Amino acid sequence: MRRDIFQAIADPTRRAILTLIALQAMTPNAIADNFHTTRQAVSKHLRILTECNLVKQEQQGREIYYSLEIEKMKEIDKWLEQFRKIWEARFNQLDNLLLTMKKRKK
Amino acid sequence: MNDNLLFDFTVDKAAKTVYITREFDADLSLVWDAFTKKELLDQWIAPKPMTAKTKYQDFKVGGKRFYAMISPEGVERWAIQEYTSITPKTNFKMYNAFADKDENPELPGSDWDHTFSEQNGTTTVSITIYNESLERMERILDGFTKGMKMSLHNLENLLATLSQRQ
Repeated sequence: MRRDIFQAIADPTRRAILTLIALQAMTPNAIADNFHTTRQAVSKHLRILTECNLVKQEQQGREIYYSLEIEKMKEIDKWLEQFRKIWEARFNQLDNLLLTMKKRKK
Repeated sequence: MNDNLLFDFTVDKAAKTVYITREFDADLSLVWDAFTKKELLDQWIAPKPMTAKTKYQDFKVGGKRFYAMISPEGVERWAIQEYTSITPKTNFKMYNAFADKDENPELPGSDWDHTFSEQNGTTTVSITIYNESLERMERILDGFTKGMKMSLHNLENLLATLSQRQ
């Protein structure tokens, strides 16, 4: 199933997890210590983030460490930037149209 | 674009809402017309090289605008807007949804709120777009970028052909 990346980051806990592991790679237990929620709930959030490729896992000894997939986060910014550009292009066209309308009125 | 004109674009992913504010160097009635009259909307709403075509529009509460964004290749993407609230030259709200060519909407759509105000001949428009699904926003963008990429590709081919002729 293709996960909706924006749905993934719409959740406040998942956003907090991303902020935490942006600083350093962490184990699920260490992440869970930061939240008043069950470890299972944190595991579920981590699974969703992994399915969206927003985080990556690395085995170190017996522990699994989660860290941020920076390239994927950049994709989101790029996506939003494109959306912004569409509006910019639209409004520039509207500027020209308004100018034409003003001239016609005079 | 006049550099002195404000353009603010923010996305609140958690609230699934896009906030857009833009100033225009024109008085309120002109800007209001540009946002609410089909023959004017069709001239600016589609980012080039896309074009817009309104099949019909009934600008009143409960009325609708049925229109298409058309790619340079002639692919039509239909959408339907229903006006849910109108305060002339101040505010209008609508519900926007993609549709097929027979006006059947594809739900969910998005809620749009436009507010207009004028100060010293500059008109400010604030737009709030609430999407029930952010995936839907992704699809909107996909359509646009595909259209733009295709026409850039066409341009490249054209330029290549032209330079070979020389």
